[in-house]
Amino acid sequence: MATDKLLQVELVAADRLVWSGQATMVIARTTEGDVGILPDHSPLLSMVIEGVVDVQTAEGETWVAAVDAGFLSVADNRVSILSERAEMSHEIDLEKARQDLERAKASGEQDDAAQEAVRRAEARVRAVERAS
Amino acid sequence: MALSVREYRARIKSTESMKKITRAMELIAASRIIKAQQRAQAAAPYANELTRAVSALATFSNVDHALTTEPVDPKRAAVLIVTSDRGLAGAYSSNVLKEAERLIEKLKEEGKDVDVYMSGRKGEAYFKFRQRPVVRTWSGFSDQPTYDKAAEMGEVLINAFIADEADGESQDVSPVDEVHVVYTRFRSMLSQEPVAVRMLPLEVVEGTEPPAADDLLPLYEFEPSAEEVLDSLLPRYVVSRVFFALLQSAASELAARQKAMKSATDNADELIKKYTRIANQARQAGITQEISEIVGGVNALADANAGRD
Repeated sequence: MATDKLLQVELVAADRLVWSGQATMVIARTTEGDVGILPDHSPLLSMVIEGVVDVQTAEGETWVAAVDAGFLSVADNRVSILSERAEMSHEIDLEKARQDLERAKASGEQDDAAQEAVRRAEARVRAVERAS
Repeated sequence: MALSVREYRARIKSTESMKKITRAMELIAASRIIKAQQRAQAAAPYANELTRAVSALATFSNVDHALTTEPVDPKRAAVLIVTSDRGLAGAYSSNVLKEAERLIEKLKEEGKDVDVYMSGRKGEAYFKFRQRPVVRTWSGFSDQPTYDKAAEMGEVLINAFIADEADGESQDVSPVDEVHVVYTRFRSMLSQEPVAVRMLPLEVVEGTEPPAADDLLPLYEFEPSAEEVLDSLLPRYVVSRVFFALLQSAASELAARQKAMKSATDNADELIKKYTRIANQARQAGITQEISEIVGGVNALADANAGRD
C-alpha cells in the first residue's frame, strides 16, 4: 500500500466502545454486500447486517469482530461502525457460540427474529474461526 | 425516669444494627455509582456517533419520516416515567413522580389524554395505590439498565407512536401522537434533577452549535438509500435516547440512595449518642437512689439502735 494514510476506526456497541485505533483496511458486510474500505474512501453511510467485520490494523495485524445489524459511516478517513452488539473474536466463547447456533437452527422458527438469531450466531462462530 | 436502663440499652442495640445496615447500603451505593457513571460514559460514543449520523442525514436529505412529522392535532400523549425499583433513596422517586404529575397536568390542560408507561416498581406502586391506569410497566433493572431493556421500551413507544396512522385502536397498542419521557438527570453526586423531555416526534438536533465553515459535514453517499438508512437509523436513535435516560436515572438513583443512607447513618450516630446519655443518666439515677435508700436504711437502723440504748 503506497499511501501512508491511515483510517481512524471506531467499533462502537450500544453500551461500550469495543475497539478504536488506526487501520489500513476495514471490511464489513452491508445490506448491499461486502464493502472494503481503504484510506481516502468517499463519505459513505451504510447499513451493516449481522456479520463479521475484518480490520487490518496499522501494525499489520488483523482482527475480526462479530457485529449485529447497525451502521457504517465513513468520512475524512474516519470509519465508525455502530452496532447494538459487537464482540471481538477473542471475547467470544466458541463452544458457547456453536451451541447457540445449534439451538437457533434447531428451533426451526421461520419468523424474522429467529432468522436474525441464526445469522447472529453464525456471525459469531465465523468470527472466531476466521481469527484462528 | 421514663424508662429503665435495660430498655435504653435495647434501643441503642437496635439503632446500632440499623446503622450497620444503612452504612452498608451507603457503601454499596457509593461503589455502584462509579460503575453506573462508567456505564454512562461507555455508552456515550454510540450516542454521539448516532447523533452525527442523524444530523448528517438531516442535512443532506429531506427528513420526512413518520417519526419526525408533527401530528396536526395531537389528541393523546404517552409519558414514560423512569423511577426506581427500591426505596431508601430519599426523595428520588417522589421527585420524578412530582415532575411527571406536573407534565401530565400540563398535557391535560392542552386537551390531550395521557397514557402512562412506567419503569420501576416505585412508580408502579404509586399509580396502583391511586388506582390510575398504567399502559405498560417494566421493572427489575432500575440500578443497572441494559440496552436490551431500552430497546424493548423504545420499540413499544415507537409502535404506539406510529400506530395512529395505521388503524387506530388495534390489538394491544394504544396509539399516541406524542411521547414524553420523565427521568432524573445526573448532574453531580450532590445534585440530580428530574426533567421531562419530548421524545417523539423527533426534533433532530444538528449539534448544539452550528458547525464551523471548515467543519462542514461531508457529502455522504447513502446505501441502499437515504430513506432506508433513515428508516433504520431513527428508531435506533430513539432507543439510544431511552437508554441514555435509563443510565442517567440509574446514576441519579444511586447518588440519591448514597446521600439518603449517609444521613440515615449520621442520624443513627446521633440517636446512639443521645440514648447513651439518657441511659447513663438513668443508671446514675438508679445508683443515687440505691445509695440514698441504703443510707436511709442505715440511718433508720442507727436511730432505732440509739433509741434502744
